[in-house]
Parts: sequence; structure tokens; C-alpha cells
Amino acid sequence: MADLYEYQARDLFEKYSVPVLAGIVADTPEEARAAAEKLGGVVVVKAQVKTGGRGKAGGVKVAKTPDEAYEHAKAILGLDIKGHIVKRLMIAAGARIAEEFYFSVLLDRANRSYLSLCSYEGGMEIEQLAVERPEALAKVEVNPLTGIDLAKAKEIAVAAKFPAELVDKVAEVFVKLYNVYVSEDATLVEVNPLVLTEEGDIIALDGKVSLDENAEFRHADHEAYVDKDAENPLEAKAKALGLNYVKLDGEVGIIGNGAGLVMSTLDVVAYAGEKHGGVKPANFLDIGGGASAQVMADGLSVIFSDEQVKSVFVNVFGGITSGDQVAKGIVQALEALGSSATKPIVVRVDGNNVEAARQILAEANHPLVTVAKTFDEGAAKAAELAAAAR
Amino acid sequence: MSIFLNKDSKIIVQGLTGSEGMKHATLLLRYGSNVVGGVNPRKAGTSVEIEGHTLPVFGTVAEAMKESGANVSLIFVPPAFAKDAAIEAIEAEIPLAIVITEGIPVHDTAQFWALAKEKGNKTRIIGPNCPGIISPEESNAGIIPGNISGKGAIGLVSKSGTLTYQMQAELADLGFSSAIGIGGDPIIGTTHIDALEAFEKDPETKAIVLIGEIGGDAEERAAAYIKDNVSKPVVAYIAGFTAPEGKTMGHAGAIVSGSSGTAQAKQEAFEAVGVKVGKTPSETAKLLREVYATL
Repeated sequence: MADLYEYQARDLFEKYSVPVLAGIVADTPEEARAAAEKLGGVVVVKAQVKTGGRGKAGGVKVAKTPDEAYEHAKAILGLDIKGHIVKRLMIAAGARIAEEFYFSVLLDRANRSYLSLCSYEGGMEIEQLAVERPEALAKVEVNPLTGIDLAKAKEIAVAAKFPAELVDKVAEVFVKLYNVYVSEDATLVEVNPLVLTEEGDIIALDGKVSLDENAEFRHADHEAYVDKDAENPLEAKAKALGLNYVKLDGEVGIIGNGAGLVMSTLDVVAYAGEKHGGVKPANFLDIGGGASAQVMADGLSVIFSDEQVKSVFVNVFGGITSGDQVAKGIVQALEALGSSATKPIVVRVDGNNVEAARQILAEANHPLVTVAKTFDEGAAKAAELAAAAR
Repeated sequence: MSIFLNKDSKIIVQGLTGSEGMKHATLLLRYGSNVVGGVNPRKAGTSVEIEGHTLPVFGTVAEAMKESGANVSLIFVPPAFAKDAAIEAIEAEIPLAIVITEGIPVHDTAQFWALAKEKGNKTRIIGPNCPGIISPEESNAGIIPGNISGKGAIGLVSKSGTLTYQMQAELADLGFSSAIGIGGDPIIGTTHIDALEAFEKDPETKAIVLIGEIGGDAEERAAAYIKDNVSKPVVAYIAGFTAPEGKTMGHAGAIVSGSSGTAQAKQEAFEAVGVKVGKTPSETAKLLREVYATL
């Protein structure tokens, strides 16, 4: 799931006619000043980070003049908010807020459905509201077949205890937000706060949107939301090769097939590592079903380029994936690397074509490769080798 | 006996004429599964030859059911077309639809699940993003290798495909009544609870292995279900104890967000209802053997 920055959510809302305030992105204090001049009047300088609590951390400040916007931008850029360094700001037009509300629509895994959460009492973290005043938070199931039409939106507004004179007004916005949710394949659309201005307008003041990566094939424009700055270079390299890779902080490189088995391999290696001074897995890498020798070789090349890695554990249970392809990929990768390959590889292959796989590895007889008979034995050996190389 | 799939199951493949469909139909026929045809509206009326079997290609699932008596549909179509394929199977009211396809947008799954529900769940859906189900010596419907284990009295339900294979291999000498992979997507048709209910009712199943992973609260709900409804011994394994927060581990659903979805919380939920949890697949197999020896 890809999470969007606030300014990206704002732009997406605008595309679906959700009322938002004018906002301009700024990466430097100078740009912030220019944006404030362009917007005119009072503006708000907002840190763009994918975490909550930025107000408390000093990441949101009101500026009455462009010079003040410049000063605030200078202070906010580079700020560390819960481990997120602020690199970008949004300069938003000011609003005279009369009241604050909460609205979201999201995937409800437990009920295999959609859920809308809504409250007439906004302005605080929703987790806090849910705990402190659960009766103020309406939870309304939304049928994926019928969605949020105007009637459903009014039902949500009434359940959230909006006064009668506001129901029609907010319901119209809920329908538009649902359009964002369903048309953009979002798994979450959250507005906190949704505000009523003193002029009587309903405005989505801050938005959070998560998009379903599985739906990228029908949203060519979602590619632009990939956070290239935040991406680890090894993750970027793996992604370019079409690999499902997550960088972790450890010394044993892991390659396996199937998400569950790879996750399990991370655990078993970490447990084995406890006996070797806390050696840990360096990454998650799932080569998936039916992987070819090339995919295996690509995976090894990514892992070899991780300087933290001291040993590699290849753990494959051949189902659709054929064991001999895994073995060929390892041999192929080692041949291509020649003398630059220096990290020991422990290989455990089981299942489909396991005999052929073991034969290929035996014939290659590469000094860096150790064949393990079982999952546990392989994990222990890889942890031991990583510890020895530290 | 077995659950959901048995020797009388007649299987059609939606997406038979594609490369994945052909490859796996071939493996299933070799296993002895009763694959009776395929569905592809553009190739209706033709047939496919696989190692001496002639499989007719039907235009629709409904027609395939009428003509061949099929009661299971195996869906291998690409993600962009999977929703329509599933809807067609649901509209035809086929008793079991197994969606193997990986990478289906979650809104598509939510919508076809809602339709199945609206139609009174006449169609059981397994998956999506799953390896399917095998009832050894009876039938195999999906991509689980047929040669890992034989028939026995253990029921296995897992979110993960390869961990299903791993556990079958660990306990191959004991054998399985059925092994089912329910899939790792955020929304799935058949849940751990559905499988537990079926294994509890199946006279052949004597003990159950449940495999879960981080993310969501399906395991916690399964634990609550076991407490009140399952008399047979259950052991569990959970993958992802060492997974960091906020990183999706391969399956779209496998993510720890804040304090929810952690392996620790799932383990505690199981242990609170007397279900032992293995730290590794091999330890889980050992726990199952200990329980099994006392039966």
C-alpha cells in the first residue's frame, strides 16, 4: 500500500471536486515565500511527512506575511518528526475555522467489506477519540456493491450526530470522498479535520490517502506517487529488477520463494543468530512462484551489493518453482561475479526437482556454496558464517 | 473424507487456455484430479488435448456446469480479469471457486465477495492469491505439489503457500486429510475459521495445524473460535515475529501497523485458549507429533 503525502492527497481531492484550500508545494524557504506571496493573506506552512502529530512537533505554523512564511519554512525544513526528516512543505491558504469534524472510508479486513468512520467532534487524533468518546464516533458499514450514494452519506452524517442543517452539506462531500476511494483504488481516504468555515463552507483541510499497489495496472498516474527519495537504493534496484525485496538491518542475506516461507526464514535465522552474538537477517526477498534462473541471479546480485551482508541463505521449497532453476541461478550468478563474489552462500532446496538441484550444485562445487539438508540446518549455518565474518 | 474437495469433485479451469492454466491443468490431471473442462468465451466449442485427455472449452461457467457437471472452478486468469471471472462463477452458483491469481486489486475482491454474500454464499470462495487445496489421494485443485505427502488424519490451513508445502513435508509420514492455503490478501473468501469448522466436522481429521502470519486479526478471531467450537487438538505457527513495523512482507496483508497485527499478539491469543504455538515450522511439527501421539 502506498501512502500519499498531504499535498498529493489535496491534489487528488481537487480532481474529484472535494473542496480543498489552495496549496503550493515548497522545497526551500525562498519557494515558501514566493508561495505565500502568490496565495496572499495569512497562510499555513505545513511539513509534508507521512506520520501523525506534526502539529505538536512544530511542523505546522501560521504565517501572516511572506517573510514570516520564509522564517517558518527555514525552521521546519530539516526537522525530524518521529524519524521523518522534513524535505518538503505545503504552503496552504488560511481559513477561518468554525468547527472541525472527522471522516474516513477504509477497507474493513475483519468484515471483508468497507467501513466509514465519522464524527461531528473532530480536531483530535481519531485513535484518542475512539478510546475516550467511542459514542461520538460513528462506524457505518458500506456495501462494496452500492458504495456511498447521497442517501448513504446522509445516514453516515446522521449517525455521526451532525446537526440537521449540516447533514446535506457534508453528505455531498462524503459522496465525493467515496469517489476518490473507489475510483483511485484507495484502501484509506481520511479527512481530519474536515472543517466548517465561518463563511459556512465545508473544506477538507488535511487528507490521508493510501493506494492499493495491486491496482497500479489501471492507474498509470500512480507511478508518480512512488517516493523515490524515501526509497532505499537497494530497494530501488530490486524494484527495477521486478523483485519483491525489503531492506532490513542485519548481516544474513535471505532469498526464498513465497512470502510466508521468507518471513518464516527471517524468524528462524534471527533465532539461530541469537546463538551467534545477535546476527540478524539483512533483507526480505521473495522470488515468487515459478522463478527462473535469471530471477535467482538477479536476487543474488542485489543481496551481494548490500555491504552489510556477511552470508546468504537461500531457502526454497519447490512448488511451481523448480529446484534446478534455483541451483542454475546460483551457479550462473557466481560465474558472472567471478572473483568479486566473496560472501558464503548456504542453500537449502526442497520439493520439486530437488535431486537435479543438488546435483547441479555438487557438480559446480563452488567453494562459497554450502548445501544444507533442512531449513533449520541452513539457517544455523548461515548465521554461524555471518558471525564468523563479522 | 476431507474438506471442501474430494474424489467426486469435478473441476473446470477458468483460464485453461493460458500458460498457467495449461501447466497446472496438466499437473492436476497427472495427479488424478477430475478436470472436466475449461472456460473461455472466445474459444467456446473448441477443446484442449492434454496427455490423452480431451478437455472441452465452454463459453461460460454456467454452460460448463450444465454440460460437464462441474462443481469446482479454478481461476487462473490475470489480475485485470479476475473479478469478472469470479463474478461469473458466483452468478453460476458453482459450489466452490478457487482463485489462484496473485495481485488482484483489493476493491475487486471486496466487490465479488460482497456479491457472493448477497447471493447467500452459495459459492464458497478460496483465495485469492492462494495455492488452492489438496485432499491427498482424492483430488488436488490448485498449485500445491501433489507429491509432498499422502493421506492421513491431519488438517492443515495456512495463509501461505510455501509454508503449506513446508509443513506437509515436515509431517509427510503422518499425512493429511486436506491441506488448504487460504491466501495472504487483505480480503479472502474462506478464512481460518471456515477451515477449522470444516475440519472439526470431518470425521477423518484428528488434529489440525494452523499457519498464520503478521497483519490483520484473523488469527485472534480464529483463537476465539477455537475456544468455543473446536474439540480437536490444534497447534499453530505464525510467521513474522521479527518483521519490523510498517514494512509489508510480500503479502499485501502482511504488515504490522502500530500495536496491531504483531505475531506476539497472535501467539498470546492462541496460547490463552490452549493452542500451542511453535517458534519455527519444525518445532510446530514436533508439537503436533506430541499431541498426535496421545490421541
